[in-house]
Amino acid sequence: MPNSKIPAGPLEQKWTDYKGHCKLVNPANKRKLEIIIVGTGLAGASAAASLGELGYKVKAFCFQDSPRRAHSIAAQGGINAAKNYQNDGDSVFRLFYDTIKGGDYRSREANVHRLAEVSASIIDQCVAQGVPFAREYGGLLNNRSFGGTQVKRTFYAAGQTGQQLLIGAYQALERQVALGNVSMYTRHEMLDVVVVDGKARGIICRNLVTGELERYFGHAVLLCSGGYGNVFYLSTNAMGSNVTAAWKAHKRGAYFANPCFTQIHPTCIPVTGDHQSKLTLMSESLRNDGRIWVPKKQNDTRKANDIPEEERDYYLERRYPAFGNLVPRDVASRAAKERCDAGYGVGTTKQAVYLDFKYNLINKYGRVEAGKLGIENPDIETLVRLGKEVVKEEYGNLFDMYEKITGENPYEVPMRIYPAVHYTMGGLWVDYELMTSVPGLYCLGEANFSDHGANRLGASALMQGLADGYFVIPYTMGNYLADEIATKPIPTNHEAFEAAEKGVHARINTLMNIKGAQSVESFHKRLGKIMWEKCGMARNEKGLQEAIKEIQALKIEFWKDVKIPGSIHEMNPELDKANRVADFIELGELMCLDALQRNESCGGHFREESQTEDGEALRHDDQFMYVSAWEHAGESNWNLQKEVLEYELIKPSQRNYK
Amino acid sequence: MEHYSMNLTLKVWKQKNAKAKGSFETFEVNDISSEMSFLEMFDVLNEKLIHEGKDAIAFDHDCREGICGTCSMYINGRPHGPWHGTTTCQLHMRAFKDGDTIVVEPWRAKAFPVIKDLIVDRTSFDKIIQAGGYISVNTGSAVDGNAMPVEKDNADKAFAAAACIGCGACVAACKNSSALLFVAAKVAHLALVPQGAPERKTRVMNMINVMDKEGFGSCTFTTACEAVCPKEISVTNISRLNQEYFLAGLTGDK
Ligand SMILES: Cc1cc2nc3c(=O)[nH]c(=O)nc-3n(C[C@H](O)[C@H](O)[C@H](O)COP(=O)(O)OP(=O)(O)OC[C@H]3O[C@@H](n4cnc5c(N)ncnc54)[C@H](O)[C@@H]3O)c2cc1C
Ligand code: SF4
Ligand code: FES
Repeated sequence: MPNSKIPAGPLEQKWTDYKGHCKLVNPANKRKLEIIIVGTGLAGASAAASLGELGYKVKAFCFQDSPRRAHSIAAQGGINAAKNYQNDGDSVFRLFYDTIKGGDYRSREANVHRLAEVSASIIDQCVAQGVPFAREYGGLLNNRSFGGTQVKRTFYAAGQTGQQLLIGAYQALERQVALGNVSMYTRHEMLDVVVVDGKARGIICRNLVTGELERYFGHAVLLCSGGYGNVFYLSTNAMGSNVTAAWKAHKRGAYFANPCFTQIHPTCIPVTGDHQSKLTLMSESLRNDGRIWVPKKQNDTRKANDIPEEERDYYLERRYPAFGNLVPRDVASRAAKERCDAGYGVGTTKQAVYLDFKYNLINKYGRVEAGKLGIENPDIETLVRLGKEVVKEEYGNLFDMYEKITGENPYEVPMRIYPAVHYTMGGLWVDYELMTSVPGLYCLGEANFSDHGANRLGASALMQGLADGYFVIPYTMGNYLADEIATKPIPTNHEAFEAAEKGVHARINTLMNIKGAQSVESFHKRLGKIMWEKCGMARNEKGLQEAIKEIQALKIEFWKDVKIPGSIHEMNPELDKANRVADFIELGELMCLDALQRNESCGGHFREESQTEDGEALRHDDQFMYVSAWEHAGESNWNLQKEVLEYELIKPSQRNYK
Repeated sequence: MEHYSMNLTLKVWKQKNAKAKGSFETFEVNDISSEMSFLEMFDVLNEKLIHEGKDAIAFDHDCREGICGTCSMYINGRPHGPWHGTTTCQLHMRAFKDGDTIVVEPWRAKAFPVIKDLIVDRTSFDKIIQAGGYISVNTGSAVDGNAMPVEKDNADKAFAAAACIGCGACVAACKNSSALLFVAAKVAHLALVPQGAPERKTRVMNMINVMDKEGFGSCTFTTACEAVCPKEISVTNISRLNQEYFLAGLTGDK
């Protein structure tokens, strides 16, 4: 069983004790220690800035042309923190409890508690950097609520929270670049980890502008490379998001944990056709003000606004009166699928439900605004007009985005939405210090598996990425590097570097020489289809077994028949994509294997064989109270290691949002 | 919304690398749905080119939802194309009709050299930020988030300025290739929040110096930048920058 290195002592004291006792590196020695950071999204940029500030020599890498473009930029709705500014009963314990429960009791108590503890400092740090969070008229910070909780603890900047947080971290990072503490390598893609005497000591990168391979040394390597949702081809992730960095680490000995735990987000703009390249999220925060419904009648072809109130089925409010439209994502997604499968879906494809703002536009905002202006007995038109102004301020960019894509005005007609792949709870296995099973190799942010169990609550990924980078790694890094101060930088002509680069070079050569007939994109689409149909919102034994066979066959076909234009020693986005898709194919197989062995339903992982009478996910704590940590053992071959989860403070129970 | 399908002629800038001389090439694409995004139309074209054994057209893109600032096409003489307040990736094909010819070029500016086809090098923007586009606060030294209230009006204005996605359309649209709207957005964002006050004077001076050094032109206030900015960053930010600059010059002891 992998050692999670959870400190002893009571849960609330663990992190404080750890910080009080971990090893430190003195300032003079820090300057001699080099750290490689792959990825400069929220997790990587915050880590690079903080470690640079401490005096370490940091080299940071990203594949975009600037760190400011990392996928974190696209996060919309907000970031959680246990500030209790609203005086509505929030606390560190409640945030901790909500996250464990939301994750359907498949995450580590100690990690989640630490996350809740540092959450408040994240907000302070971001405000100090100038992040323009939404504010009340009194000048104080504003909050909204997100799914799976009954308090308002989410800080936000309209529907652009990720952008504002990332710009803050990016600016802190660029400040360290200016001071000479961080060297930034953009348009570089990490293609292997270099391991020397059992420790991670460097990486091999492809310079995406010249096509040349380059070697970099570090006393430690941090992977902050984001999630792997694009294994499904269609997802809300950016086009470039990929698993390659994590996958290379996996093949060098890092365990991959809970790969099948994928989050399908309930509110995304539905697929329109085969040309579709990505799906667009409509933030969960919209469920604060939007009500989800379908017609009560099957195959109803009337326009949404022509369907009278009493003929609408607000199915979330009906099924889950306590949480209503704010049930967690996995629950909301399955409920939408259930209605569409049963023939109540709307729109041309019938794979959509309505998200309707009319009610709150009028009743929640319109009336308050009318009251403020002293308008007595306002008519509906006035209420709508006043309500629109408020909604615009809260989510204007999302409404605009919706209209640009669909050509429909969501202030007038309800949005059509459907679940889509959004986030991956699984990722590289890490211990309490965020170290993978390879010494000196760390993993932060969405790329690791750490805090969200089988389902992530909204507004918690930004919190986790920044917790990892700003407040956890600066401590845990020192604990490792304190023993490395005598290690001299290893020259990059060391045999381990030679061998790793040779391997990367050989693979690229092989790919370019296949000269087959099918494009990279077409393979990626086919993989996505298998994954969505058989390892998507609902999974069963037969489907998963078929999927594994189909993916293995697809892999063989890919390596025989892929067609990549251009050449190696130049900028070649198709080659970069081929490298990524080849890794996605292998990951897809492992995800199905993981889903197959976990014969229970929990969070986002829904095994049809394991459900309650009314179709809710049914866990089997007696058999599956563990993290599955997969060790790579050769082609299509893995060993399963189990990290048993022990709950000290919380008593796991069947989740209930009714 | 009625959907339709169209055939189009594309004239696209092709350039092998930074040193090569580029030129326009003409391509035909058929059966493009009005529901596609502009970049999905390019995906279709690239698939076709790959099948014909030709090189794909290189273009920058990532989020495809108008927020990362990566996409950067100069479409029919306008950065990001015909729609107001819209990035290239958010532009949809219903903006065009059957039989149209569309001309697509990279950003053109001395400070944004072409790397390949439609891809340019925008690292000069990062360098401007390095010169002072931040608040110097180390991790861990912050006071409580509510310790310093910010007037809502200023917070909103700061947010509007901070919405800049660093795409560079403002530079591409400007006849002088000035980056002043980009710089002004950052200066204004940080000047409008109290946390940014201690560095106000040095920030604006240093950022403008680097902007000049990187080869961006000077601003003659044609406001072409505002007209094409996908995030509708207002030129009032430039007025604010001028104020800040004036103030810094007046009181700064250099
Ligand atoms: C549309 C959308 C909206 C969201 N909204 C919210 C929200 O409101 N609240 C919330 O909490 N969460 C939200 N999330 C989730 C959250 O945004 C992400 O989980 C989080 O930002 C991930 O941050 P990260 O730093 O781990 O990775 P990323 O931001 O994805 O960064 C990955 C970095 O790794 C680099 N990289 C990857 N591979 C390589 C390689 N091989 N070599 C070199 N560099 C590499 C990339 O260049 C990039 O810099 C949302 C997600 C999506 C898709
Ligand atoms: S000011 Fe507008 S056009 Fe210029 S970089 Fe920012 S978002 Fe782009
Ligand atoms: S691809 Fe991100 S803004 Fe266009």
